[in-house]
This record gives sequence, structure tokens and C-alpha cells, in this order.
Amino acid sequence: MTDDQQLRVSKIRNGTVIDHITGGQALNVLAILGIDGTSGDSVSVAMNMPSDRLGKKDIVKVEGKELSQNEVDVLSLIAPAASINIVRDFEVVEKARVERPSMVEGVLECPNHNCISTEDEPVQSRFAVVDDGVRCEYCDTIIRDDLPAHILAE
Amino acid sequence: MRHDHIISAKQLSRADIEAVLDHAADIAADPAAYADRHADTLLGLLFFEPSTRTKMSFTTAMKRLGGDIVDMGSVESSSVKKGESLADTVRVVEGYADALVLRHPMEGSAKMASEFVDVPLVNAGDGAGQHPTQTLLDLYTIRENAGFDDLTIGIMGDLKYGRTVHSLAHALTNVDAHQHFISPESLRLPRSVRYDLHQEGAEVREHTELESVLPELDVLYVTRIQRERFPDESEYRAVAGQYQIDSETLEAAKDDLTVMHPLPRVDEIAHDVDDTDYATYFEQAHNGVPVRMALLDMILGGEPA
Ligand SMILES: [Zn+2]
Repeated sequence: MTDDQQLRVSKIRNGTVIDHITGGQALNVLAILGIDGTSGDSVSVAMNMPSDRLGKKDIVKVEGKELSQNEVDVLSLIAPAASINIVRDFEVVEKARVERPSMVEGVLECPNHNCISTEDEPVQSRFAVVDDGVRCEYCDTIIRDDLPAHILAE
Repeated sequence: MRHDHIISAKQLSRADIEAVLDHAADIAADPAAYADRHADTLLGLLFFEPSTRTKMSFTTAMKRLGGDIVDMGSVESSSVKKGESLADTVRVVEGYADALVLRHPMEGSAKMASEFVDVPLVNAGDGAGQHPTQTLLDLYTIRENAGFDDLTIGIMGDLKYGRTVHSLAHALTNVDAHQHFISPESLRLPRSVRYDLHQEGAEVREHTELESVLPELDVLYVTRIQRERFPDESEYRAVAGQYQIDSETLEAAKDDLTVMHPLPRVDEIAHDVDDTDYATYFEQAHNGVPVRMALLDMILGGEPA
């Protein structure tokens, strides 16, 4: 077994394996999940692996983390074919494909600084998912590119 | 009407628009018949930025329906100055009034405020966003003067920040108008608006000068180009000068061209246009009263006569 294959099959005890990520998007997926390696949990990333379905795919394995619905929603926007495997005690206990939501709430920050959703008001940001991006439900601003850059700071 | 809150012209179907305009026409024809229609009704005015004209128009409309207004007054003298959220302000004021009119400098403010109140809320302008009652009075003026059939309209000036333009352009997709947009490159329609118009299947053409398209127009809608959109005075003068019209400019137009402007104007339309048959902007401003009367009457539960 080569080192490369070793990496691909390395198992995690508890956590999440995100497979079938659009090739080249793995680092954006990590950004969405707020993972930068500082927590000390092990993270494996494989990029541009051959895939029958996608041509090239990325894989992310994260020890000690399960995804929230919000994270899955944003993930689906940049990696619509992704599958999410929840691993407990080395076994995949749950396997799901992401679904493109019609709305993402409280996850992205509106880039329009004059938008009421960026103010100290008792509302969450809300974006409708449209053909080629997401659109602020309050001010109509459309975000097309670089969604991870607009993720709300926790 | 199905809508409690009037937030955006986008929410209005052609049938909604026609219903408001028809009702406004009935009111304009016989305003006395509506003088006691809403005798015990109070309209709450929340103007977070000054707009004397729009405020007067709503006040007149409510009083002509027999009701009255309660006014938050200027932001400087209110609790907003002390840092109260908009969501809190509207929840307090809805207890005083039967309907609310909100003008606020931030985009999406009316939409957000409407999520916190049970009384009908009318958006009277949210930043660079929507201003649906202006749109309705514009549509009323267009219908009265040029009609909606096979309408060709040119919209000129600041198309980037001009909220009246965005609302109007979207509403005009309901009547399949041929729309021409005339502006400097730096002030063209924002992407989100172009996207919307495209989605609605609108026929949209963009131009940087008026000359070539003027002879085709039934309506020319002129807006102000604001000094503060430009880094310096000389650049502003160079650009703005190309989007000013006078009676000489209009010699190339159709005889029955309707010239509109949301007012106030500065020098986009020379005063020598005022005395021509083209000038329709004062009539347009006056139409704000019957149109707002019609809208208030409908959201306050009056059935169109
Ligand atoms: Zn926004």
C-alpha cells in the first residue's frame, strides 16, 4: 500500500467523512466548518481524487465533529454532490447526500453594509437560494462567488 | 387586496396594480365620496430620514379619507437616538396606530419591520431599496398619459442608487413595457435588478446617451444624478450635463411624449420644459394623493367602490 492510498483509507474513530466534494473545494469546505487545524483534532484532506461520478473529487475527514444543519446547507451550495458520513466508533452510522436548501438562515452575512440584517436587530440573516447564488431576503443583494468568505463569524 | 404589508412593488401582480390604479381613478373622480371613509383611523408615520414630500402626501391621503396621523417626529428627538432597535420601535408604535408608514435609510428595513407587527405596514422607502407607493403613482401617471399597451419607456439618470427606478422597472415587467435605460456607465442598473428583469423576461436595453432612443419613447422618466456619487465636482459636472434635457432636446421626441420626474429636480429638466405639453411631473406628484388614498383604503379594509 502506498502512502497515498494509506491517507485515503485512514479511518477515524468519531467524526464526519465528507465525500464527493466538487474537486478543488475541500479548503472551502474546511472554511465553512470553521476548521483550521488549531483545535488539535485530526483532519485529513484528499484533493482531486479520481471519481466515477464527478471526474475529480475531494474528500474531507474530520475527527470529533458532526455537522449542523446550517453547515450542511452552506456545504450543499459549493459541493452539491457531497455525501456526509457520520462515523462513530469506526463505523459509518449515518450516510446522507446533501440537499440544496431553498433558504439558508443565520449562516451567511449580507455583504451590503447598509442592509438591516447586518444591524443589531433581533433577526437572523436569511438568503434564498437562487439559480446562480444566494440572495438576501432583506435587501436583495446576490452573492454569487466565494460563499465561504461570507460565513457569519460565530 | 391580499397583502397586509406593502413592502415592494415586486409583490404586486398586474391585477393588484390595476386594482389600486382603478380605485385611485375612482377616488380622483369623486374625492368627496371618500371623505368620511376612515373617520376613526390613525396612521402612524415613522420617518427615520427626512422626506417632507412623501410624508405630506401620506398625511394628506389619510386626512382626505377622514382619518388622522400620529407622527414619530424626527429621529433626533425620539428614543431611536438612544439606541432602540427598529424592531422595538415598530412594536411600540403599532399599539398607537391602525397602520404604519415607514421610511428608513437601510435596505430591507420595511421587510424586517413588517415581521414584527400585525397592523399593515407600508414601505415609504428603504435606503436604496424599494419605494412601492412611488411606483404606484408613477404607474398611475403612465397609465393616464400613455397607457400600458405597447408602451416604450426610457428611464434616465442615476439608475444605480435610484430606488424609484428599481421599483418602477420591475413593475413595468407586468405590462410588458419596452424598457430603455439611459445612464453613465458608473450609474447603470445594479446586477440584482438586471437579474430580476431578466428573470421576468423583460425587454431591457441599456444606453449611455439619450439621443438615439428618444424618438421611440412614449415616456421619458428622468431622475437626478447626485453630486455625492462622484469623487469630485468636475467629474460630476461632466457626467451630469449629458443627462439634462431642455425644450430643444425634446424637439427630436414624439409629439405625445410624457416627461416624468419623481421630484425634487435640480437641473435635470430645464424650466423651459415646464410650459410644454410634455411636462407631467407636477401632475405626477399630485397623483400621489389619490393613489395613496386608494392603497390605504384597501389595506384598511375598504373594498374598491
Ligand atoms: Zn442584505
